[in-house]
Amino acid sequence: MNQINSIQDEIIDEFAFFGDWMEKYEYIIDLGKSLPLIEEQYKNEEHLIKGCQSQVWLHADESEGKVDFTADSDAVITKGIIALLVRVLSGQKADEIAQADLYFIDKIGLKEHLSPTRSNGLVSMVKQMKMYGLAINAKSQ
Amino acid sequence: MEVTAQQAFDIEKIRKDFPLLEQEMNGKPIIFLDSAASSQKPAQVIDRLNDYYRTGHANVHRGVYQLSQEATTAFEEARELVRQFINAPSEKEVIFVRGCTEGINLVASSYGRKFINQGDAVLITAMEHHSNIVPWQMICEERGAELRVAPVNDAGEIDLDALYALLDERVKIVSLVHVSNALGTVNPVKAIIDRAHELNVPVLVDGAQAIPHTQVDVQALDADFYTFSGHKMFGPTGIGVLYGKEKWLEQMPPYHGGGEMIKTVTFEKTTYNELPHKFEAGTPDISGVIGLGEAVKYMQSVGYDNISRHEHELLSYATEQLKQIEGLRIIGTAREKASVVSFIVEGVHPYDLGAILDKLGIAVRTGHHCTQPLMARYEIPGTVRASFAFYNNKADIDALVAGINRAVLMLK
Ligand SMILES: Cc1ncc(COP(=O)(O)O)c(C=O)c1O
Repeated sequence: MNQINSIQDEIIDEFAFFGDWMEKYEYIIDLGKSLPLIEEQYKNEEHLIKGCQSQVWLHADESEGKVDFTADSDAVITKGIIALLVRVLSGQKADEIAQADLYFIDKIGLKEHLSPTRSNGLVSMVKQMKMYGLAINAKSQ
Repeated sequence: MEVTAQQAFDIEKIRKDFPLLEQEMNGKPIIFLDSAASSQKPAQVIDRLNDYYRTGHANVHRGVYQLSQEATTAFEEARELVRQFINAPSEKEVIFVRGCTEGINLVASSYGRKFINQGDAVLITAMEHHSNIVPWQMICEERGAELRVAPVNDAGEIDLDALYALLDERVKIVSLVHVSNALGTVNPVKAIIDRAHELNVPVLVDGAQAIPHTQVDVQALDADFYTFSGHKMFGPTGIGVLYGKEKWLEQMPPYHGGGEMIKTVTFEKTTYNELPHKFEAGTPDISGVIGLGEAVKYMQSVGYDNISRHEHELLSYATEQLKQIEGLRIIGTAREKASVVSFIVEGVHPYDLGAILDKLGIAVRTGHHCTQPLMARYEIPGTVRASFAFYNNKADIDALVAGINRAVLMLK
């Protein structure tokens, strides 16, 4: 199993402990505080993924075919979910990022936050992360 | 007198008319505070739709057979109900459209192509819904006209002096919202209409948020156009009304072409049907119209006096209770308000607050409420908006306040 999936399974296990939604959200909000933040210099229009509701900034760095993500959001729940996505995808191989099936979102009950109607920038962010994976992979071949 | 009116309004009985209010959301009894986006429907409307499809459906204005004639009668009776409801002088002036958005687009496009020319202007306000901005931008661009925007003050009221200063003979139409969906402000539309009429400028009123809460008399207002959506007034989605004075509607070209709106068609020349059919091309939303008629009847049975009194109580109660929350700022503090409270909590993003309230079973709207320029005016990304209908009660507001307190503890 690749690392992406083992991290996803780890997260699913963690979330299995929570009794209700409030506990889950408290945990997610906490996770947001540990998100590797995007450097101020990148927190600009170019790195902005605009949602109707909340905004997301995303930056990617590559080294040796692996991609490191840093990000931020103006909403803390969005930020916590980004922290989960970054935990799963950051530092992984570009081609694996591009092909990742992010099943953990559904399993931990956060699917609604990644629905386009929420319009919080997360859907576009996942797309963008995969695009980075694709582009870096293409370049390295 | 006062006492009898109050007795007639039994909130618990009314709540029972709305099946959705008995549902759960995220495993919690639903607290529905998003009626400004779309209201819930009483069983009377739902049953009427069901009935119509089970026993009364046929196309209207066409068949010689009984079923079609009955459908036509029901359809036209609903038009008469709407006419009385807004006190329009004639049924010719009551046009069925898909909703407020289509009503505005119809006028912008049809009136615009006839009356707006190079160098003319259209006057709107800074608190308009996107649906009362974009259609005017489109026609202004097409016709080479200017879009003027009257500013709004800090309390969320139109700056009337500024509006009157922008109102000159170049303005070909004024289009403004009766009640703001984002702020709750009730605008002094009558005064603005009178002023515009001094210059013979017609006025369109976006009544989407007014009709569910206040009695509207288009003749007393002397509005040239008045439009609203059925789904915000306890009726079905996909149906709405455009009232227009006959003198304008007669002069305006049709909006859509097709069946129903014609008198005779040859390849050389088509002559158009009479009002209101001239503006109702194609098979109309028959069930929607019939459902809307039922919603009108339902609202009349509750009574605007009761609706206004109950909702004003709710509004002052909510405003008082919300103000107790530390760091909470109400956006929109106009003297005249209808059932909307928009707010932000310092240090808390509206999206986060909305997401947590959702899990507590509380439905509120978060975001810019389709009024991005207005949010820019207040330099905020959006607000949380709680909006009420007459089926809400104080317990709903208590739940909201408790929910916000809980969410803020988590988020700060
Ligand atoms: C003030 C106002 N105008 C227009 C509209 C558009 O109504 P509809 O989407 O039903 O056409 C709305 C709906 O949110 C509104 O609140």
